[in-house]
This record gives sequence, structure tokens and C-alpha cells, in this order.
Amino acid sequence: MHINWGALLIVAFVSFGSAVGVVALIAFALLGLSARAGSTTAGHTGIAEDGSRIGLSPTAGTLVAALCLLAAAVIVGYGLWIIIG
Amino acid sequence: MDLSLLVIVVIVTALAFDFTNGFHDTANAMATSIATGALRPKVAVTIAGVLNLVGAFLSVEVAKTISSGLVDDTQVTPAVIFGGLVGAILWNMLTWLFGLPSSSSHALFGGLIGATWVAAGADAVKFGAVVTKILLPAVISPILAGLIALAATYLAYRITARGDQATVSQGFKYGQIVSASMVALAHGTNDAQKTMGIITLTLITAGALPSGSGPPFWVIMSAGLAIALGTYLGGWRIIQTLGKRVSEIQTPQGFAAEASSAAVILASSHGGFALSTTQVATGSIFGAGAGRRLASVQWGVAGQMALAWLLTLPAAAIVGALAAWASSSGTFGTVVVAIVAIALIAGIYAASRRQPVTADNVNDVPAPTPTPQPAAA
Repeated sequence: MHINWGALLIVAFVSFGSAVGVVALIAFALLGLSARAGSTTAGHTGIAEDGSRIGLSPTAGTLVAALCLLAAAVIVGYGLWIIIG
Repeated sequence: MDLSLLVIVVIVTALAFDFTNGFHDTANAMATSIATGALRPKVAVTIAGVLNLVGAFLSVEVAKTISSGLVDDTQVTPAVIFGGLVGAILWNMLTWLFGLPSSSSHALFGGLIGATWVAAGADAVKFGAVVTKILLPAVISPILAGLIALAATYLAYRITARGDQATVSQGFKYGQIVSASMVALAHGTNDAQKTMGIITLTLITAGALPSGSGPPFWVIMSAGLAIALGTYLGGWRIIQTLGKRVSEIQTPQGFAAEASSAAVILASSHGGFALSTTQVATGSIFGAGAGRRLASVQWGVAGQMALAWLLTLPAAAIVGALAAWASSSGTFGTVVVAIVAIALIAGIYAASRRQPVTADNVNDVPAPTPTPQPAAA
């Protein structure tokens, strides 16, 4: 009975890194888009419920969102490539 | 019994298993998307069905063995395969009736192990492989998926805490559509291949295909259609359990759960580890529930699922063994097994109609009562 613990650890790390990475990227993208939404939504001040500011201008927020979405898309695309390959 | 007739019976039974595999596992990809409203129920199962069909065509790495080396392949006969399939189908139907997301793969493996044991003795079962290929992944994969989903959910809430909540919720809804689609695609690739492998090996053992052959196009198409049709019909009872009875799932949790499931399934497949997509998806949903608020998770439901997981292999093995034993006596035995199996399936279906769960009422479950507890975010 042989168990390849090394490969198992790699699978665990890759799974953890990719899943948490994609979720974090999407979350940052939505935070960026929130800054953009704040500039267009009447009454929105860019101030969170706890009183802190999102801290991004609409342009910077959009740029952050685009970059994060692009990075997430690359990771998802690689996953698709694994399925097809 | 004429061998060709037995082969036809096995092929039909394999496609029937594929069908049950589809509706049993629809929840893996779509339960949280339906629960959060990211997708309407009928739309969700349509997407899942189509992607399962597409997934069935994405890989040609099929028919290596019907049991992934769990049993001595030289001892496998159409009667053994038939018995194993009957065991797997009946267990899938029973767990569906109770809304329990048990593993279709484990049911299949259990059925085959039991059938092989009866037909060829205990020596024909490779117990070392059972431990490394079934039991170990069964313990590790849901825990791993759960921990990943927990961390991802925690981060999702932490990062977006200062964001515009309407934007965040809408964004994660769109994300869920993509992540759920990924899980559905991966499911079609993995699970449809198992049925293709079974049918191909049956054809090889019957002499209809040369040894080492890949699946003919009609096998790929029929297996893909069977799992897609099953997925489209939707195992609403299991969707309800995973989507509404585990925890009150919000869009960030749904996205985190599906992303975690997809990552674990794909990474494991790439690493050569066979695992149950059901157990991974279930572990992810529990992890996502715990990531938002620990007390909102219904751990009693987890206990029921764990019990079903523990019983899946031996229960399917016992039924598979009985079916293989009866079938091995010839035509009469095979016919009796088929009639009894059809009668039991009809009985289970009739029982399910007493409290039907459909696309219209799948989300009609009171929210689990959370105990006030400090939230993760």
C-alpha cells in the first residue's frame, strides 16, 4: 500500500492557493467596483458602515477591478485548459 | 442467457446508473447558485445538463479500468458489472429519497467490489487500493475542501466589508454562475467517463471490441446524454439539502464554495487522485457556512451525511453482491434481479411523491436558526 503524500500535499497547496486566490481577486475587484459605484450612486459617500473610507477613486477602483478580474480569468482559464488537456 | 442480450442489459443498466449519477449530483454544482438566487432553478439545471454533456466530450482518457484497479480486472464479467451497477443504482435512489448527497462513485465502486467478491472471492478485491483510492480521499477531500472554502469565505467577507454591498452581492452572483459552470463541466468530464469506461470494458469482455479500445462515439454520446438528462431533471431533494438545510448561504459563500470545489476537483484530477465530487462539494458548502458564522451551520445535517458516506461502500457492496450472486445463475436470475430492482426503484419513486420537492419549492425551507456568535467578518 503506497500513498504518495508529496503529490497529495501539492494538490492541497495548489487547491488552496488557486481557490483562495480567485476568491480574493474577485473580492478586491468588487471592492474596486464599489468605489466606482460610489461615484455614480446618489447618496453614496464612499464611507463604509464602520466609518472608514474605501479609499479608491473611481478610476483607480476600475483599474484595480480590471486587473483583478484579468488575473482571476487567467487562473480560471488555466483550470479549463487542464480539463480539456 | 445469450451473451449479447446480457451485454445489452449491462449497457442499459450502465446508462441508467449514469442517469441517476446525473440527477444525484446536480446539487454539487448548482445547489448554492439556486439557494442564493444567482440562477433560477430551471436555468441552473439546464446549464448544468448542457455542461455535463460538453464535459463528456472533453476527454478521451476513458476505459482504463471500470474499477480504477480496485478489483482484479481479469475476474470481471458482464454479470459482475451488472450486479455492481444494480447495487450502485439502488443506493443512489435510496439516498436521493432522503436527500442525502452520498457519492455516486463510491456506490459504483462498492457495488463492483461486492459483486467481484461474490463472483471471484476476496482475493480478487485489492483492499490496499480500496484504502488509498477510496477511504483516504473520502476522509481528506471534504476536509480539505471545507478548510479552503472556510478561508476563502472569511477573506471574501473581510475584503468586501467596506464595499458597496449591492455591488458586492451582484458581483458574487455573476461569479457564482462562472464557478458553478466550472464544477458542472468538471463533473461531466469525470463522472460520464466512468460509465463510458464500464460500457467499453463490457464490450471488450464480450469480444465486441478489441482489448485496449477506446469508447466508440455512440458510447460517448449515450453516456453524455444520460448524465446530462439526469442532471437536467435535477435531484431537487439533494439540491434542497445542500442549498438550504446546511446553512443560509449568501452569494459570497456560494461563490467561495463553488470555487473551492472546482479547485480541489481539478487539482486532484490533474494530480491523479480519484475523489468524490459530491464529498468535495459538500465539504465546501459546510466550510463556506462556517466561514461566515460558525453557529449558522447545521452540524446535525453533517452527521446524517457522514453516516450516509460511511454506509455507501458497504451497503452498495452488499446489494451488488446479492445481485451478482443471483445473476450468475443465468437468465432467470438476471431477470429476477432486474425485476426486483425496477420494483424497488418504483417504490422509492412512489415514496418520494408523498413529499415532492421540485423546482417550484426547492427553496421553500425555513432558514436555519443561527445562534448569536461573533461573525468571521
